[in-house]
Amino acid sequence: MIFVTVGTQLAFDRMVRVIDEWAGRTEPRPEVVGQIGPSDLVPQHIDHRAFVEPGEFAELADRADAIVAHAGMGSIITALTYGKPIVIMPRRADLGEQRNDHQLSTAARFAGRPGVFVAKDEHELPGILDSLRGLTAGEPIPPFADPNLIQTIREFIDRGQ
Amino acid sequence: MSVKKRRILAVASGGGHFVQLRRMRPAWEHCEVHYLSTLADYARELEPGAKLHLVNDANRWDKIGVARMAMRVAWTLIKLRPDVIVSTGAAAGYFALRFGKLMGARTIWVDSIANAEELSLTGRMVEKYADLWLTQWPDLAGTDEAQGPRYVGSVL
Repeated sequence: MIFVTVGTQLAFDRMVRVIDEWAGRTEPRPEVVGQIGPSDLVPQHIDHRAFVEPGEFAELADRADAIVAHAGMGSIITALTYGKPIVIMPRRADLGEQRNDHQLSTAARFAGRPGVFVAKDEHELPGILDSLRGLTAGEPIPPFADPNLIQTIREFIDRGQ
Repeated sequence: MSVKKRRILAVASGGGHFVQLRRMRPAWEHCEVHYLSTLADYARELEPGAKLHLVNDANRWDKIGVARMAMRVAWTLIKLRPDVIVSTGAAAGYFALRFGKLMGARTIWVDSIANAEELSLTGRMVEKYADLWLTQWPDLAGTDEAQGPRYVGSVL
């Protein structure tokens, strides 16, 4: 199963439309579950809903063979935690998909990390979807932050009255 | 003799901010823990004993939503009187640090790892109110020449 997610806030039709079209012409028909945000777009070839609760989000990520997502940190960290390959496509502010272009820099920074694959736009995405079965993830990452970050915060908490 | 546990309020909007916040939880495992976020379903995944408080989500173009959020955050702070507030963002975290400072809490801001090229807008706005002001990217940290947040590691 391929789990598609656009995050908790905004729709991302430019990505979802391409995935829907790809699913429609691919044989055998891939099983795709899409969390597509608040959108007027009605995908024809994939199972879809606007939002999923966090618990179901985790279950879908765990069950998925691969994740296709906007370049949001929730999606990326979830994929890394469950050891799933993830394809990320950045939102663009000039198309009204996001308030700034931080997803472009997120995609640039995470490109090349084991298990993270970047589709820079809707034209690159179908080719990557075609090769999805061959993509492999890195080892699942530990569930917690850098020990030095945790220790710094813990010491700050303990220093006070 | 028992020592009263510190009360910590950990604040993040739903999604990536909350996922990042949760990865730091060993830092406050010895505290009385409260979370403030935007999705009720998070209550199911919290550590035993931790409590979830809710706030509406809003971005800065939604003036009424932002006002409601600010009031909700203020009310939660008045109710809880946390010793320490920690946030990864976004707007709710800004309000929590800002109001929390007025009430004498000590405050921690960990700017989202999504902000790799420059600090988030709230991350910049919160500078004055953050006792511990952190970025997750070494190249965004302050230097001898330029003021900036500290870098001590990331959530990954």
